[in-house]
Amino acid sequence: MGNALHLENVTMQFGGVVSVNNLSLDVPEHKIIALIGPNGAGKTTAFNCITGVYQPTNGLIEFMGRPMVRNHPTGKGLKNYKGENKDMYAHDAPLSPTPDQITGLGIARTFQNIRLWKSMTVFDNVLIAKHQHARQNVFTATFRGNAAEEKRMRDETMELLVEQGLESFKDEPAVSLPYGLQRRLEIARALATSPTLLLLDEPAAGMNPQETNELSDFVRQIRDKYELTVFLIEHHMDLVMNISDYIYVIDFGSEIARGIPKEIQNNQRVIEAYLGVTEE
Amino acid sequence: MKKKEKSFRIFIGISILLLFVILLENLSGFIPGLPQIFQPTSPLFTVLKKAAVYSLVAVSMNLLNGFTGLFSLGQAGFMLLGAYTYAILMVPTQMKEQVYYLFGGCAFDFSLLSACEGIFGTGGFGGAAAMILSCLIALLLAGCVSGFFAYLIGIPVLRLKSDYLAIATLGFAEILRAIFQWQKLGRITNGANMIKGFPTFSSFNITNSSGGTVLRLSTFVPFLISALCILVIMLLINSSYGRAFKAIRDDEVAAEAMGINLFRHKMMSFVISSFFAGIGGGLFAMYVANAQAKAFTSVMTYEILLIVVIGGIGSVSGSVLATFLYVACSEWWLRFLDSELYIGAVKVPLLRNGFRMVVFSVVIMVIVLFFSQGIMGDQELNLGALLKKIRVKKERKE
Repeated sequence: MGNALHLENVTMQFGGVVSVNNLSLDVPEHKIIALIGPNGAGKTTAFNCITGVYQPTNGLIEFMGRPMVRNHPTGKGLKNYKGENKDMYAHDAPLSPTPDQITGLGIARTFQNIRLWKSMTVFDNVLIAKHQHARQNVFTATFRGNAAEEKRMRDETMELLVEQGLESFKDEPAVSLPYGLQRRLEIARALATSPTLLLLDEPAAGMNPQETNELSDFVRQIRDKYELTVFLIEHHMDLVMNISDYIYVIDFGSEIARGIPKEIQNNQRVIEAYLGVTEE
Repeated sequence: MKKKEKSFRIFIGISILLLFVILLENLSGFIPGLPQIFQPTSPLFTVLKKAAVYSLVAVSMNLLNGFTGLFSLGQAGFMLLGAYTYAILMVPTQMKEQVYYLFGGCAFDFSLLSACEGIFGTGGFGGAAAMILSCLIALLLAGCVSGFFAYLIGIPVLRLKSDYLAIATLGFAEILRAIFQWQKLGRITNGANMIKGFPTFSSFNITNSSGGTVLRLSTFVPFLISALCILVIMLLINSSYGRAFKAIRDDEVAAEAMGINLFRHKMMSFVISSFFAGIGGGLFAMYVANAQAKAFTSVMTYEILLIVVIGGIGSVSGSVLATFLYVACSEWWLRFLDSELYIGAVKVPLLRNGFRMVVFSVVIMVIVLFFSQGIMGDQELNLGALLKKIRVKKERKE
């Protein structure tokens, strides 16, 4: 099986600060891959590069074997560039799709600080994620020429909500849900965009141990059910060691280790940089 | 099944409202000797006409500001475009010389009204058909011109956010106003002078051969057109696209991450809002019976913004309710504050020309300070639920 996602020499520099430095990694299809690192290591920045929120300063990101994002420093950026491989991608035209285009390709994400549409109902939150792939235009939608399509969207939304156990909350405003369910709703919403790759940004943040346990089962379940590839950022070591097939560790933007959970647990550099603080 | 029932109810509601308006304005014709308020010249009908026009503009602004979260202040500019498009198209050919006398005639010889009259004839049913048809086409074109300009201005402007967008659109409206008053364009826009002579609301009154009015429709027509347009806006808001607009309003980053093309949807909302503002502008020209750039100042935009805020940002029915209240207050109920009043020999203090605006500002400040949600918040008027609430309250009292 090929790689769902492939990052090559991705560097993201803000002014003089290099947040992600020459990061290369592979996310094989149907696997659960984790990206860990101490606070401020550049994990979320890496996610934002993948989802098009930021355009990386240098490097290449491939999705399903096709180049999706590509850039190289030019002009003033080149003069101030502190990373490596600055000429490697200079011969190819830069590619910078917008976040919605990337979602259209089949990458869905959740956010570290939950970003639901707060004033809208749980049902609408999931339904809106179906908007992009619906076959309709503004005229058919306004004058209800898309009734069949609308019904399909509603039925699929209901199905998703039932699967996630959220159907009893469907008419509640999203903000009134308890924290754990809000996380779950965010994942349901991401699933509604029919992705092949799911990016989870700290899905267990703020959860208690029991909820965290449930989450790891849940992530495995949805991976099998929707034939997804999952790439996640996480702080909870229990969760990461439990569900990941492979782990990348970064610190100060650069990779410091990679391996299966057991290797990472015993890696001296990782312990120093990250796990060392939990040693008591 | 439930949905169909709901739309059927809305249809019935609007029909009843429209019938009621026809009845109201013809009451004085059927029953002589009614009080002044039912006479065609009473302020009641001025208020109803103006409010019908303004409610369309307010709802169109709410679509943009309340439902898509784009803080735009260009509404008066788009109304101006609509008003001028309507006026220029609808001045009859034989009137052009007279209207544009300062500039020696109009550069634009075509008149939609005269063209339609050429097809249907001028008298009787043919004339009526010509006027109705040309009016509708001209209003549609007014909307299209506004929408087209919104598209052009939207390309650079919609990349801006919040305050910057407001300033840019406000500037656009002011520039438009200045351009339309430019003497060099006088052969098209009549410079700073007004364009008149086109059909107004009272042209829709049905008259007999001797000139007497048989059936008044001058209040019904703006109600009908506004109601239809607002209905379309509501259909849009409740469609998949309307939900996408709300998603952009609530959280742009999340909306984009869930596959909503921000620029395309913002543009769509901006163009549609301007389209209806353009129609509103055409209706406004019909209401005041002239088109003059001087009328479409930024004050007009603020007035409409105020209506939207009072009605509740994100509520169509709120905007409509607020429009009628606002227009009634400013044109009718608070008028007495503007004239001096004597009780016996004592002159009531403070009452003089302009005092109305002082009271009005205080009222608005109170509303904004203490009822910042507006009349409806972001809810829609639901008569059924309202009746139920009242019933429950009554039962509790008993």
